Amino acid sequence: MSKQRIIVTISGLDKIGIVASVSAKLAELNVNIEDIKQTIMQDFFVMVMLCDISNSAKSFKEIKDEIIENSEKLGMEAWIQKKDIFDKMHTI
Amino acid sequence: MADFNINNIMETIQMIKVHHLDIRTVTLALSLRDCISTDIKETGDKIHSKILKYAKNLSKYADDIENEFSIPIINKRIAVTPISLIGEAAKDMDYVYLAKVLDDAANQVGVDFIGGFSALVEKGCTKGDIALISSIPEALQKTQRVCSSVNLATSKAGINMNAVLKMGEIIKETANLTADKDGIGAAKLVCFCNSVSDNPFMAGAYCGINEPECALNIGVSGPGVVKWAVQNMPKDADLGEVSNLIKKTSFKITTTGELIGRELASRLAIPFGVIDLSLAPTPAENDSVAGIFKAMGLEQAGAHGTTAALAMLNDAVKKGGTMASSYVGGLSGAFIPVSEDAEMIEAVNKGALTIDKLEAMTCVCSVGLDMIAIPGNTPNSTISGIIADEMAIGMINKKTTAVRIIPVPNKVEGDKAVYGGLLGEAPVMSVNKYSSAGFVNRGGRIPAPIHSLNN
Repeated sequence: MSKQRIIVTISGLDKIGIVASVSAKLAELNVNIEDIKQTIMQDFFVMVMLCDISNSAKSFKEIKDEIIENSEKLGMEAWIQKKDIFDKMHTI
Repeated sequence: MADFNINNIMETIQMIKVHHLDIRTVTLALSLRDCISTDIKETGDKIHSKILKYAKNLSKYADDIENEFSIPIINKRIAVTPISLIGEAAKDMDYVYLAKVLDDAANQVGVDFIGGFSALVEKGCTKGDIALISSIPEALQKTQRVCSSVNLATSKAGINMNAVLKMGEIIKETANLTADKDGIGAAKLVCFCNSVSDNPFMAGAYCGINEPECALNIGVSGPGVVKWAVQNMPKDADLGEVSNLIKKTSFKITTTGELIGRELASRLAIPFGVIDLSLAPTPAENDSVAGIFKAMGLEQAGAHGTTAALAMLNDAVKKGGTMASSYVGGLSGAFIPVSEDAEMIEAVNKGALTIDKLEAMTCVCSVGLDMIAIPGNTPNSTISGIIADEMAIGMINKKTTAVRIIPVPNKVEGDKAVYGGLLGEAPVMSVNKYSSAGFVNRGGRIPAPIHSLNN
């Protein structure tokens, strides 16, 4: 099956266990992490993950809702989008 | 992975989340030419079932895509063939009934507006055109989602001054019939010169007779994003640099619209039509075209220099946007509505912006005098005079111009008209107190202009 790539962006105040918690959730959903980058922007921790959801049994919407719910428990904000929007916007 | 760039990702999210980048509208253009019948009830039934057939999934699929790409789609709309053509063959030309059919169908499929309660009369009126125009006030009073437009002039046909005179009266009557809501009926009615048959924006969207059976047209927005970009430039950046930055920003806004449009069209299994590259403001803070003028260095919209700033903005938006999409159409440019733009309202309240300056700005903006509230006791002939001026600007400059003006019942200059939602609120502006009656009452047509000796 061809890849279905999404971008997961997690932001909020830095604390212990963010990467661990989000990664565990993604593993539970059978979502593969292909790349991770993180940075600090205006005092906020920002983590961006490139993921492939094609092997997950759940739909995009279910995956999105579960990641958002998990992040809210951590006090973090999550944005989940299909990757195409970034490719289109920043490529001629 | 070369295309996984955290800065690009953060910029996109910031554009959507903080600076109001959105898809203003996904508009399904639908031909109703096969709904014509000699029996008006049969016409209505055909219209209803055709709209339900083609648009039943529009709202749901748009919501799905909004969720998947995390970009707001503000409005879902439908544009149909000018209804004057569709009702004309019926023995009983009951256009108010057809308006109710459109409203009911729009309601059932869950779209925000349906446009095309329209007539194209730049050269003259048929019986159906006259019947439709006369029914506009009642049609807009008795419906919620129906929008109406009348094309009164083109660069090739000239200006139909009989119709201009009639529309002065129709606009007043439409406002009066919706007096309890500050004349909101007139906010859903627009007069055009050189109207565009694939425009996805209201109140002027309709599906032209030269259009295919159906198509999906997209209107993007994003004045907040442009303002943010210009604001972040050094204050001494020259205007060539400013223009270049606007082009790049417009490119990014448009690619997003193209992506969403193509995705939605493919799910609906209909052709993608055009993307309308418009900077359409909303009353939200910082989502303002007037705000862009301030970022460029003008103290207020309306200050001397505003027309030049708008001309540059409008042109740069088109230049950047055309690179980003295969098919660009509609009205494409910068809109300058008053009620829908918080910083335009501020400029009017401070006395910086008058209707005369707005008229000058319409020479270089994408459309025309838009969402302007005027005193309820303005004579019909003065409204016709305002329309005639605007039609003349469009006719001579070979561009689309429009008038969407609201004579707010029982209100005078300085009062406020409140519409809510995307339509916002408008300070009632003064109009010239001298009469236009002798001129507009002459009627007839203003002949099409000569297309050479351009001075």
